[in-house]
Amino acid sequence: MTMPFLEVANVTKAFGHFVALRRISLTVREGRTTALIGPNGAGKTTFYNLLSGRLQPSEGTVHFCGRPVSGQPPHKINKMGISRSFQITNIFSELTVLENVLVALIAHLNLGLRFWRIVNRDKKLAARGMEVLERLGLGPLASSRAGTLSYGDKRLLELAIVLATEPKLVLLDEPTAGMTPEETHAVIRLLRSLAAEGKYTFLITEHDMNVVFGLADHIFVFHHGELLAEGTCEEIRAHPEVRAAYLGEEVD
Amino acid sequence: MNLMTAFVAALLNSFDIGILLFIIASGLTIVFGVLGILNFAHGALYMAGAYFLLTLMGTVGMPFWVGVLIAPLGVALLAVLIERFLLRRIYHRHPSFGLLLTFALLLIIDDAVRLIWGSGYHIVEPPQLLRGAASLFGVTYPLYSFFTIGMGILIGIAVWLIFHRTRIGKTVRAAALDPEMAQAVGINVPIVLTVVFGFGAWLAALGGALAAPMRTLGPAMGDTIIIESFIVVVIGGLGSFPGALFGALILGGIHGFGGRWLAEWNIVLPYIGMALVLLWRPEGLMGRR
Amino acid sequence: MRKKIQLGVLLLLAVVLVLLPKVSPFFIVFVATEILILGLFATSFNLMFGYCGLLSFGHGAFFGTGAYVAGLLLQHLQWDFIWVLAVAPLAAAVGATLIGWLCVRLNEVYFSMLTLAFGMMVFAIAHQWRSVTGGSDGLAGFPLTEVGIGLDIVLANPFHFYYLTLLIVALSLAAIYLLTISPFGLILRAMRENTERVAFAGIPANRYRLYGFILSGLFSGLAGALFATFSRVAVPEMSHWTQSAEPILMTILGGSQYFFGPLAGAAVFLGLKTLITSYTSEWMIYLGVILLGMVLFLPKGIFGLLERWLGGRT
Repeated sequence: MTMPFLEVANVTKAFGHFVALRRISLTVREGRTTALIGPNGAGKTTFYNLLSGRLQPSEGTVHFCGRPVSGQPPHKINKMGISRSFQITNIFSELTVLENVLVALIAHLNLGLRFWRIVNRDKKLAARGMEVLERLGLGPLASSRAGTLSYGDKRLLELAIVLATEPKLVLLDEPTAGMTPEETHAVIRLLRSLAAEGKYTFLITEHDMNVVFGLADHIFVFHHGELLAEGTCEEIRAHPEVRAAYLGEEVD
Repeated sequence: MNLMTAFVAALLNSFDIGILLFIIASGLTIVFGVLGILNFAHGALYMAGAYFLLTLMGTVGMPFWVGVLIAPLGVALLAVLIERFLLRRIYHRHPSFGLLLTFALLLIIDDAVRLIWGSGYHIVEPPQLLRGAASLFGVTYPLYSFFTIGMGILIGIAVWLIFHRTRIGKTVRAAALDPEMAQAVGINVPIVLTVVFGFGAWLAALGGALAAPMRTLGPAMGDTIIIESFIVVVIGGLGSFPGALFGALILGGIHGFGGRWLAEWNIVLPYIGMALVLLWRPEGLMGRR
Repeated sequence: MRKKIQLGVLLLLAVVLVLLPKVSPFFIVFVATEILILGLFATSFNLMFGYCGLLSFGHGAFFGTGAYVAGLLLQHLQWDFIWVLAVAPLAAAVGATLIGWLCVRLNEVYFSMLTLAFGMMVFAIAHQWRSVTGGSDGLAGFPLTEVGIGLDIVLANPFHFYYLTLLIVALSLAAIYLLTISPFGLILRAMRENTERVAFAGIPANRYRLYGFILSGLFSGLAGALFATFSRVAVPEMSHWTQSAEPILMTILGGSQYFFGPLAGAAVFLGLKTLITSYTSEWMIYLGVILLGMVLFLPKGIFGLLERWLGGRT
């Protein structure tokens, strides 16, 4: 038997009397782009916070490649190979675009305590950083201050920071939120080609159903903190309860 | 002196110090809770209250009872100007700037007091009615201290009622909780902030005016008080009003009992208390998580 | 171009500092020594504030520890000064490790308040532990020793001491500068903006903050050791929060976002203090007004102003 990639077993998260997630059990398979959908307040962001170490589950466990995720601090989870983006753009606006990526690379390569090295003179490091930026089309902006980027480019930079740590599992929290239709299309194409490379497995939350159906191989539906359904795009589209609970309100 | 009377004396000392600290620190905590600024000049405003009273009684010749009402109002007016012309410009900046700006005010007010009233010490006489001492469980204690303890309790109840039982209180809490939302439902948030800062300063100055007859007035009197107030609000919980009472009584207790039985280490005990609370529960003993 | 101007200014400054004792009166050399020492103190403080975004109100603890350890070593053991300068900062770094381990978990005002508390605890220890620290009188009258390693420097000679200070401060600033441009420095700058994001990129954020804190304490201790030797006393007030406030003021004056901001701020602070106190004893009111103006209109300090004047934008 092979080791499950990401296995969530019986996870409950309560804040006082409010139960945000109730007995969630699911498995994410390696190499399969997976989407997590559900109306606002369904518990998606809480679920991400549990996977990335921002919160700890009240009950249940999360395992990644056979190792426990629950109970670990965020930086260790990142080292295990899970990296996340944020719903609100979360970049270092005072640093240059390249420096943003270098922060992640330094973390990934454990160079943080090389006190005697000079960051700006490290050609190898810069080359690796540029590689990531160019993959996302941010190469020409490398020396701009990150705070001066357009909204869409900021979202891409956020993705660049995530990818620079070479994660196996990438958690994206509404990667196209607030983007123009053109930008959204570009991101879908980008994510699809990244997924095709086979290096990363994406887990995506998204409001935009076009994005979800355009990207995902497999979908989980959360509703009121519970796992309502799972399946392929077609199965989810046809699922009566999902239609009633969710699609009926949002799509058409 | 037997243990019982020593205990009662220490208890009275604790309340004497604690209740006064409560009046002052409640102003600090309210300002932090609503404006998000930890006012380093709060101790200087306390000092201003005492010196205003000194001038009102001395040069102007007012009786104590009138002075104690007017002096804090004068300081509150000063604070309203400070908020209107200085503080308002930095609300959107990093919280450290609030600390730095009010630190600048502390330097200015401290030296202004020195320039106006001189570097020497001054004494304010308590009113005729409150001179002398009273006895409680065999312990003789200044009558004036009983008066401040009583005043502090009254002020505490009044402030609590204002915040929890009136429209004004509701408005202020709404503005503190979510300024944008409050603005959207028609609350004039900038005015609320001005009034709250003035009110916080009024409490500091009232503490100063009430303390004047018990303590010597000197140009550095605000510096100890501000650090003590920091300790009080941190122990109780930054922004928490009941926390200010709780923290003040704890610090009063440390002074009252520690001063009697642990005098050697009395200067360090408050800081140890503050550090322990910050490490164990940074939001304070009464603060919300 | 910009780089060349910076290098030129730095060289010019070096020449001025080296030639200073030849051309100026004793009094100026005295003030310059103080500026160098407190400039080093402010620069090490800024490693936490400017680079890490944490405002410490307790750095006097490490300044004071350095001062007392230096004073005690000179008084009781009469070590060669070079060893005193090696050990005193290490003692401060040990203190910074203990205090920092607890403090770096907190943010914003909570961090400021906790450092304030620890600073005052060190003050209280210096004040109360009379048999060792001399209580409120502090340590005074300790002898000045040889510098050691064959250097023919007389510590009691203000000109000699100035040059020694210049050398040590220059080396320390160079070391701190190298830190800020290292990968470690980049991580600190990233944490100033968003500590949590750094943690999610795989950096144990609190541990990095602690390393920054220890290094900051180490150089603060070195400044304290120099200052005790310079002023010939170590007193509890060196750890008091009013002492901790000085590097903060200097840094704000100079500009926390610039490496030489704190040093420039120290020069302006002590220059103004010397100038104004020769006319009036109420110099704090002037300082307060200046600080007020800086916070309101020039949050980037003197360097920010210079940058605006020169039209240079980074």
